[in-house]
Amino acid sequence: MSVVPLHSVTEPVFSMGEPLVEVRELVKHFPIGRGVLLRRELGRVHAVDGVTLAIAGGEALGLVGETGCGKSTLARLVTRLLEPTSGTVLFDGVDISHRSRRRLRPLRREMQMIFQDPYSSLNPRRTVGAIIGEPLRIQRLGPREGRRRHVQELMARVGLNPEHYNRYPHEFSGGQRQRIGIARALVTTPKLIVADEPVSALDVSIQAQILNLLKDLQADFDLTYLFIAHDLDVVRHVSDRVAVMYLGKIVEVSSGDALYSAPVHPYSEALLSAVAVPDPSARERARDRIVLAGDPPSPVAPPYGCRFHTRCRYATEICSTVEPPLVDHGRGRIAACHHPLNVGS
Amino acid sequence: MALLEIEDLRVRFQTRDGVVRAVEGVSLSLDRGRTLGIVGESGSGKSVTALTVMGLSRLPNATVEGRVLFDGLDLLALPLEELALYRGKRIGMIFQDPMSSLHPLYKVGWQIVEAIRAHEDVSKSAARRRARDALAEVGIPNPSERLDSYPHELSGGMRQRVMIAMALVLDPDVLIADEPTTALDVTVQVQILDLVRRLQAERGAAVLLITHDLGVVAETADEVAVMYAGRVVELGRMETILGAPEHPYTWGLIESLPRLGDARGARLHPIAGQPPSLIHVPSGCPFHPRCPHAFAVCPEVEPPLLPSGPGHVVACHLAPAARRRIGLALRSAATGGSVG
Repeated sequence: MSVVPLHSVTEPVFSMGEPLVEVRELVKHFPIGRGVLLRRELGRVHAVDGVTLAIAGGEALGLVGETGCGKSTLARLVTRLLEPTSGTVLFDGVDISHRSRRRLRPLRREMQMIFQDPYSSLNPRRTVGAIIGEPLRIQRLGPREGRRRHVQELMARVGLNPEHYNRYPHEFSGGQRQRIGIARALVTTPKLIVADEPVSALDVSIQAQILNLLKDLQADFDLTYLFIAHDLDVVRHVSDRVAVMYLGKIVEVSSGDALYSAPVHPYSEALLSAVAVPDPSARERARDRIVLAGDPPSPVAPPYGCRFHTRCRYATEICSTVEPPLVDHGRGRIAACHHPLNVGS
Repeated sequence: MALLEIEDLRVRFQTRDGVVRAVEGVSLSLDRGRTLGIVGESGSGKSVTALTVMGLSRLPNATVEGRVLFDGLDLLALPLEELALYRGKRIGMIFQDPMSSLHPLYKVGWQIVEAIRAHEDVSKSAARRRARDALAEVGIPNPSERLDSYPHELSGGMRQRVMIAMALVLDPDVLIADEPTTALDVTVQVQILDLVRRLQAERGAAVLLITHDLGVVAETADEVAVMYAGRVVELGRMETILGAPEHPYTWGLIESLPRLGDARGARLHPIAGQPPSLIHVPSGCPFHPRCPHAFAVCPEVEPPLLPSGPGHVVACHLAPAARRRIGLALRSAATGGSVG
């Protein structure tokens, strides 16, 4: 076990190989203001508050956490849809933290997003072919005739009928629309796909189809995934490693197997224990479940010390005063806790 | 006779695109102190069934047939004004999205007081005291202050607690919960399911729980009805439906789920194709186009719900012995996969 000071965290600890994405000390605060002309700042939402993380090329990193923990903000910082308040985002070794929109554009083809809601993320007035081909048009990639063929090949690859090129989104079901969103993300042959709750709006039978598709595509296109979801079973299924976020901080990053069999952080333990398992014996299991009291504290004024101490059943004095650093606990588990679980011999 | 009996319920909606057959001959019964889970995907008719019990599908373009007997009285035959006496008072309802079921412009205390005074002749202050007690009972901290909160000032979990408090303050005999935890985080879901279970144990209410989440069913339901294309295709005790199901659709639902115990990289087994249109429902067994076990008779004849064991009914043309054999093979394949 070795203590890794946050500012000197390097890739061997945080990823499995050469990192494609690296974020260091990443912070995003959203000011809360009042007044129209004379805007006064009343406080700041600490959405992402010092996150250091790397994603290796070809890796699938899962990101879990509850509503408001900052996981979607982190995704939008990584893809630079948001500009960080401080800290750095490196993509393929290049610092893109504060790049202008214009200078980001060439990089956009390398990183694409898949969104949760297949209804609101597709323009209802454009044909499916135009929607999927749009990134090619914006990026001025390939000749126009070639584009159509490329789009249709991709449609076939993601399980859409290429003959539906001229149809509109409303003619498709939720699952089919998510396939359209996936084809659009793949059309520029990106290296990184950030998927923000890509299956949570879908029925279970369709969800399984999309998860299988995402897996196949990762192998075929050599993709790196940042996969965000609140459903732990889904994240586990897709990810090599899983990062657990709480109130703007990463509290644990562990390999999928290690996290689910031996979580180090008490918050990871509580999250896992909360999962409702579709098994007849679930009720017995529910009896020894860890029930977290109340709601997470407000990200406007996060607690001192360890942010989880107000709801943690293992918390002691030190937890409310000293913020625990991320520590390597071996077996591919890194966690920030004064009283780590499952680490003794 | 059960407290709530749904008999051969049929609900159809006339739309511009054709007749939507949302519910096609559903019969269910629910006893005091029991929880009946209805599972199914979007368009299975599970929510329309619940809404019809409450008289909430009485729309100009809807036709409703069958009976909904509550304590022996047919709710479908009641005029709306009389039904209103039961709604809320004897049959409470919790919806999925508490933000859209609470009025955004009124304080939550006022909304609960209003619900009480709609059914009971009590003073405002007495109703307010009861509202406060109800908030305390569902675990809302500082209930007296929270009475004066607006819905937007509360978190999703707190709003759902307010909805539950509002549903329970009149002490209903039946509680209908339509996806009560779907919009919530798992840690909050745990709290809410705990609450529903505890309140039910204390008050002996009957709960009709509608959900797409088999995990929620495993934790709360005594009986489970699996719905597909407006029909109940399998019904039985929770242990049977999740442990030894016999309908190919139920198999598909369970096989589709990623499980924490799965070997990493294992492929999921989705159900092929899409859920059917309720305007052009497939002939015969509505599941036959997606069913890997379908044979000649399936597209021709709709299978009736027939008993397959104690309290277990299944609508499938496969012979019971064949169903048990296939079900067993699927289950042993699933556990074998997670061990290896």
